[in-house]
Parts: sequence; C-alpha cells; structure tokens
Amino acid sequence: MILEQIILACICTPLIGGILIAATGRSPNLRETVTLITAAVEFTLVASLFPVVMAGEYPTVTVLEMLPGLGITFTLEPLGMVFAGIASFLWIVTSIYSIGYMRGHSEQNQTRFYICFAIAISSAVGIAFAGNMMTLFVFYEVLTLSTFPLVTHAGTEEAKRAGRVYLGILIGTSIGLQLVAIVWTWTLTGTLDFKPGGILAGKADGPMVAVLLAMYVFGIGKAALMPFHRWLPAAMVAPTPVSALLHAVAVVKAGVFTVLKVAVYIFGIDFMHELGSGIWLQYMAAGTILIASLVAMTKDNLKARLAYSTISQLSYVILGGVMASGIGAVGGAMHIAMHAFGKITLFFCAGAILVASHKTEVSQMRGLGRKMPITFGCFLIGSLSIIGLPPFGGVWSKWYLALAAAETDQLIFVAVLMISSLLNVAYLIPIVVRGFFSPPDKSNAHSPHEGEGEHEVKHASPGRGDATAPNVWRVRGFEEAPITCVGALAFTAAGCFVLFFAADAIYAFLLPLAGGGAP
Amino acid sequence: MIAHHLPILQIIVPLMAAPICVALRHPRATWLWALIISWLCLAMSVALLQQVLATGPISYELGDWAAPWGIEYRIDTLNAFVMVIVTAIGATVLPFAKASVEAEIPEDRIYLFYTMLLLCLTGLLGITITGDAFNLFVFLEISSLSSYVLISMGSDRQALVAAYRYLILGTVGATFYIIGVGLMYMMTGTLNIADLSTLMPAVADTRTIQAALAFLTVGLCVKLALFPLHMWLPNAYAYAPSVVTVFLAATATKVAVYALIRVVFTIFGGVALLDVIQVRDLLMGLAIIAMFTGSAVAIYQLNIKRMLAYSSIAQIGYMILGLSFDTVTGVTAGIVHLFNHALTKGSLFMAMGCVMFVIGSVRLEDMSGLGKRMPITMAAFVAGGLSLIGVPLSAGFISKWYLILAALEQGWWPIAMLVVLSSLLAVIYVWRVVEVVYFRLPPDGVEITEAPLSMIIPMLVLVGATYYFGIDATTTLDVAGRAAEALLGGLK
Repeated sequence: MILEQIILACICTPLIGGILIAATGRSPNLRETVTLITAAVEFTLVASLFPVVMAGEYPTVTVLEMLPGLGITFTLEPLGMVFAGIASFLWIVTSIYSIGYMRGHSEQNQTRFYICFAIAISSAVGIAFAGNMMTLFVFYEVLTLSTFPLVTHAGTEEAKRAGRVYLGILIGTSIGLQLVAIVWTWTLTGTLDFKPGGILAGKADGPMVAVLLAMYVFGIGKAALMPFHRWLPAAMVAPTPVSALLHAVAVVKAGVFTVLKVAVYIFGIDFMHELGSGIWLQYMAAGTILIASLVAMTKDNLKARLAYSTISQLSYVILGGVMASGIGAVGGAMHIAMHAFGKITLFFCAGAILVASHKTEVSQMRGLGRKMPITFGCFLIGSLSIIGLPPFGGVWSKWYLALAAAETDQLIFVAVLMISSLLNVAYLIPIVVRGFFSPPDKSNAHSPHEGEGEHEVKHASPGRGDATAPNVWRVRGFEEAPITCVGALAFTAAGCFVLFFAADAIYAFLLPLAGGGAP
Repeated sequence: MIAHHLPILQIIVPLMAAPICVALRHPRATWLWALIISWLCLAMSVALLQQVLATGPISYELGDWAAPWGIEYRIDTLNAFVMVIVTAIGATVLPFAKASVEAEIPEDRIYLFYTMLLLCLTGLLGITITGDAFNLFVFLEISSLSSYVLISMGSDRQALVAAYRYLILGTVGATFYIIGVGLMYMMTGTLNIADLSTLMPAVADTRTIQAALAFLTVGLCVKLALFPLHMWLPNAYAYAPSVVTVFLAATATKVAVYALIRVVFTIFGGVALLDVIQVRDLLMGLAIIAMFTGSAVAIYQLNIKRMLAYSSIAQIGYMILGLSFDTVTGVTAGIVHLFNHALTKGSLFMAMGCVMFVIGSVRLEDMSGLGKRMPITMAAFVAGGLSLIGVPLSAGFISKWYLILAALEQGWWPIAMLVVLSSLLAVIYVWRVVEVVYFRLPPDGVEITEAPLSMIIPMLVLVGATYYFGIDATTTLDVAGRAAEALLGGLK
C-alpha cells in the first residue's frame, strides 16, 4: 500500500514543486530553494523504490480508468527504474547548475523556466513508470508540450522557428505514427500492458509486424532516428540547462527508452528474433550513428555539434533495442545511463564556457582551456566516456552492444561501433586540444561581436564580456563560470568515472530485461 | 407527477419563458430570468438522462393522443444525452452572456436577445426530444428562425449579410427536409419516427423513398454544415455576437447531427437501402474532404472566430466520419465527438468572447502579445486548441482514439492515417495563434486586463470539462456506447 503511494508521489512531487515554484516566484532565493528541495525529495522517493525492484518485485498501481479497459497505470521494472533514477538524480545536479547559469546569464522569465522544468521531470518519471503504452503516450505528449516553452525560452524569432520544428516533428510523429501504432496494437491484442516477452507474439505476423515496428520506432520522434532528427539541433536554441538535462537526458532518453520498452515489452525480444523484422531498422540505426557523427564534425557551434553527437549516440540504444538480442537490450539500457552522464557533462561545459566567456563556436575556443582548466578538463572526461574509453562508464555499454552484435553474427555492427568511436574522437578531442594547446586568439579575446550563436542577441546587456561581470568566478587567475556551474559539471564528470566501476551492478539490475534472450 | 411530465416540461418551460422576457424588458431582469430557466432545463435534462439510463426509453404522448396519431416524445439514451449537452452549454453560456451581451448589443435590444436565445434553446431541445418527423421540422424552424435573428444582432454590419445567407440556405435545408418527410408520408401514411422505421422496409425499394432519403440527407447536411453545404457557417459564426457563436457552435450543428443520426440509423436503420445507393460512402467521402478542407482553410484565416468556424467544419467531418463507419465503435466515436467537440469549441469561442470584450477585436493582428495581457484567457485558448489537435488528456484525444480504433477495426488503415493527418493540420492553425499571442510584443503595455469573472469562470468550467472528460472518459463512452448499440443493435 505504502509502495503505491510512493510511486504516485514520484509523479506528483515535481508537480507540487511546480506549484510552489509559481507561488514563490517573487523571491528568487526562495524559489530556487523550493526547486532544490523538490529535486532532492524526488530523488529520495525514486531511490527508495530501487530495493523493491532489485528484489524482483514489480508493483503496479492503477490511478484511474481513462477508456474502458485502459487506465493510467504505473508499473515498476528495472529499465524504468534506471531511467527514473537518472532523470531525478541529474535533476538535482542540473538545478544547482541552472541557478548559476540562469543568474549568470540574467535570463528572463526564470519562474516559468523552473515550473516547466518541474513538469518535464514529472512527465519523464511518468514515462519511466508507465505500466502500459497508453500511460506512456500520455506522459510522452505532456513532456513534448511542457518542454516547448523551455525551447522557445528566449522568445526570439529564431526561438520561434526552432519551436515550430520542435513541435512539428515531435507532435507530428507521435500523433501521426505512434498513436496509430498504439491503437493498432490495441485492436490486435486487446491490451497495451507492458508484459515480459511482449504482447504481440501469436497475435500478428508477417510483414505487418515490420510495418507496426516501423510505425513505433519512427513515431517515437524523441528517439531522433534519422530522418526525424531535425528537432534536436533546433532545440539547442534553449538555455543550456535545458539542452543538458532535457535534450541530452530526459527528453531524448524518454525517446529511446520508449523504443526499448516497445521492443522488449510489446514485441518481445524472442518474437522479434523469430520474425527478423527488425533487420532493416538495425541498418537505419547504424546509418544514423555514422551519419550524425559525420555531421557533428562539420558543426562549428559547440551545442550543435553536441546535438548531432547525441543523435548518433541515441541510435546506439535503438540499435540495442532492435537487435533482437537480450544482451543488446541490456547494453542499450546501460547506454541510457552512461551516455546521460557523459553528455550532460559536455553540455554543462558548453554552458559554462558560454556564461564565462560568451563563446559558442568551437573555432573561438583557442586557448580557452588555460583560462578554464576545470571546465575543459571535465570536457575531456565527458568526451572520453562518450568515446568509450576506460576508465569511464561509456566503455561498458559499447562493450555489451558490440557483444550483442557479435552474438547475432552481425559483425558489421561491431565495425559500425568502432568507426563511430573513432569519429567521436575526431569531433570531440580537438575541442579540448584547441582549448589547452592553441595559443589564445587575440582578436577574439575581447571582441563582444563575434559568434552569431543563439544566445548572443538578447545578451547585449551591460557587462557582457566584461571581466568584472558577476558571471565569472575568478580564482587564481582563472576565469571559470560561477561556482555552482563548475561544481555541477565536475560532479557529473566524476559520475562518468564512478559508473565505470558501478557497471556490474547496473548490468545485474538490468539483466531481467534480457529474459529468454539472454546468452 | 412532475417526473411523469418531465418530457413536455423540458420544452414548455423555455418556450413559455421566452415571451415573459418580452414582458420583463429590463436587461438585467431578462438575463436573470433566462439564467434561471437555462439551469432549470439542465436539471430536467439530467433527470431525464438518469431516468432513461435506469429504466430504458421513455415515451410521452402529447395530450394523451396515442402515437402514431398523436405526437410522441420519445427519449432514449442518445437524445437524453444530446439534451444534456445542449442544456449544459446553455447553462454555462448564460452566466457568460451578461457582460458580453451588455458590451456587444444595444441595451434596448437585450431583452429581445434573451427571448430569442430561449426560443432557440426550445427549438434545439424540441428537435432532440420529439419522436415525430413533422414535429421535428417545426422545432427545426423555431431554432433556425431564432438563430437568424441572433446572428443578425452582431455588431458588425456583415452580420446582417451572414444572417441573410444563413436564412436562405437554412430555409432551403429545412424545405428539403420537409419534402423528404412529405414523401415518406406519401408512402407510409405516418409521421411517427418509430412507426416509420417499422414500415420503411416494406416500401424501401420505391423511388419515392429513395428520393425522400436524398432530400432528408441533403436538407440536414445543410443544417449541420457538412462540406460542401457549409457555406453559411463561417460568416455566421464569425460575425454573430460572441455569446451566440458559443451557443450555436456548441449546440446547433450538434443537434442537426443528431437529427441525421435519427434519419439514417432509426428511420432507415432497418433497410438495406443505404447500401444500395451508397449514402454511407458518400457521407464518408464528404466527411474526409471536410476534415481536410475545413482545417486547411482555417490555417489561412485572419479572423480567429472565422478560423474556429472552419475548424468546426472539419470537426463535423470527424463526427460524420464516425457515423459513416456504421459500426458500434464508429457511431460511438461520432457521438462522443459530438459531446467532446461541444465542450472544446464552446471553451474556444468563449475565449474569443473574452478577447472581444477586452480588446474589441478577434483579428489575429490585434492579438499580438495577448498572452501577457490576458494570461488566463489565452491559457484557456491553448488548452482548447490542444483538445482540437487531440493531445492526450484532452477530450479531443478520446474522440481521435475512437475514430482511429473504428477505422482500424474495419481494417481501413488509410482512413486512420487520414484522421491523424488532418488533425495535424489543427496543430498549424492553433500554433499560428499561439505564436502571435506569446511571441510578439503587446502594442500597448503588458498590463493584465482580463474579462470579468462572470466570463472567465464559465470559460474555465468548459475547459475543465474538456479535460475532465478527456482524463476519465468512461462515463461519456458508456453513454455513447449504449446509444450506439441501441441505434445499431435494435434494428439489425
């Protein structure tokens, strides 16, 4: 009984927090305190559920019946727990970071920002705990809508255009394809519950299943599988904390999480293996991995580069999901966690660089590492984890994905993973190298006009680019971003390191996903 | 005793109350009177629905003249449900009306306004409750004539043209309907709907009956504004006083849809005729065209009331599409959408009423930055717009879900795709407004100036209902499902 209340509390806490944030909007300090407390409470609640799932119990709670026979239901299971745990944990870190960033950057409408953020987290946890596809879809759409004001936060013409792309693709794919796929599943099986082993086995066969799978995978636009990836670079117009938590963790991970859920609990790994209907999707995912990496190399804007890197990394998870192998699903699920820590670190660094030096383009960052050693050091750690080098977490998920590819005799995907790692090296490491080893570019150092980055327009405020501005933390001759920013990014970078050693525990926790498909 | 006579009281009360408005004359007094009557009507229709759900269909014979000779009021789940929709909208619109009407209509005509509103309510309830095809025509005319007057009261001079156009087309529609009824009477000698449905199979093969069906369908499709017979609707909605738009958009077309359901599923329910001359395929085709053209034209409108009017044409397409599936799920979808759309469109037009009240215009270019000036109203507009799109948790989602379900059940997946594609057009026309309202700077300051609470609260009630029935749709689906089963099951 108490368990059910905790599950519901996990969904409601951020919402209540949002109301309190609205109520305390007049006093920024109080408002930020509310945000932090809410985030801490949320994480405590989610964390308290881990032992239950670890013990093999999957409690279910039904809130209400929405349509006859179809309710808003929450069920705990390992995959959802991992996603909820990451989202709620990183919310705390991001909140700390946001405080430094939003103030340092003197953004407008901060109350609205924190409210929408809280709603987004609530829906992310709702997605993580969803017990059936209907519930998941509901929270999926709430997540899209609640992040729209965050993406268009700046309110500029560019933000408006980005908002159109964002909403157009996410709503378009989810209503146009995903909803139809869900109703179709419902007519085929009469249920939408997530069941181990899937619900479609025996109810559908032939090419129809491939069509249905495609409708799901493309309909989940948040997974950013090409060609429905454009919204993610567009969303980079948002303030950096949004890009960091939502567009590297919560929103995009909600997408790939949904893909995994559908693969594991709607189709079932064995069923997909039997039909082999996922094969061409594997190639789509592999293609996205490589193409997005190549595009990332051409981007000079740091956030755009990271966005394409995210697109590429997301397809690792999709690949894991559609490989029809238990170990692949586990590897994909692990990658949700590993990539989250790595990528959020990189985004935090990008934001810190923006706040401290107003630089958005990679080409402007010559020698910047000498001024901001902590930030660039952490950027290196995040990059190494994304590339998949020990001793950082990213290595493990790539390992298991490669193992799955080898196990299903698809060595081509092993090759894809390796090439992708090399590409990651090619587009991430030069940033660090340039930061530390190139001499500072004199002409750029104090010119306030360079960089047509998205944040430039509205920040033509006094003190911008001025060394005495309050958005710079000066210590021992370094010019780092405010301490909350630097603290947060150092923390997540340390997380990448910790995950390297925690991988075994996560693997054991996720193993039930593999089901009958385990080696 | 009263419970027994409820069916007739449902009509008599608003009918008799209308002339009293003329006697009262004082603007405030007539408003209060109309308000009380509308709430009384709601109470009665709720009581009737409960009675029907508990004990089955009610038959009430006027003046104790037995049907089929006398006029029969026959209430089953479907029309009890539609009456609740109509009276509930009436009961929400009247509190809203006070401030809005005072702002938009000259004081010396306000009593006339409420007289006509009550007459219109009478007519709509009459169409719904009656079990007699000719009596239906009488009420159709009462509601139509009063709505012509109501529309012509709009402050813009174009309202007169719009009302005149509606008058011409509405009269054509009603005339077609009565011709159809006449032809049926020729062949069967009865006007009672239940009686007609039993006698129909025997004479169904005659050309007269086929002509009757054609006249009835076309006549009612004019009234419910099915593409391409919708030409009267956009201007009528755009230029009518705000209150009238809310009321008509949420009730009048819905009642006409109800009348069509009666003709197609009750009078002609037992005949295979519909398959022979393919009325259903025709309706389905037109419905799909309506879904797309309505939404597509809505995208280009600069007057937001007009935009919502075109959106209504599209939404009527969804209702007719659901009906044309001719399955329990499909008809359920149509009926549920009738209800859900009444709530959604009601709240959207109310938001426009508030905008009209505050800034005196509903043109897109005048609405820049309104999200800052009228935060509540605009939030309500966005909420209503999301329901038009069919976002989950809103009532519109339930309708879409059922429509897609009905299409997939039949294996008609292209139709399912068309439903979702057309609803994506709604994203475009809703978001056009959102962008102007939230992303542009307000021209004259950001001071918050909302409409009075008497307008805000009814609007929020409807928005709340839109989401309530989107989150817990079991009640509406249960009622609609029962109505659909009764329509299809009883006669097959």
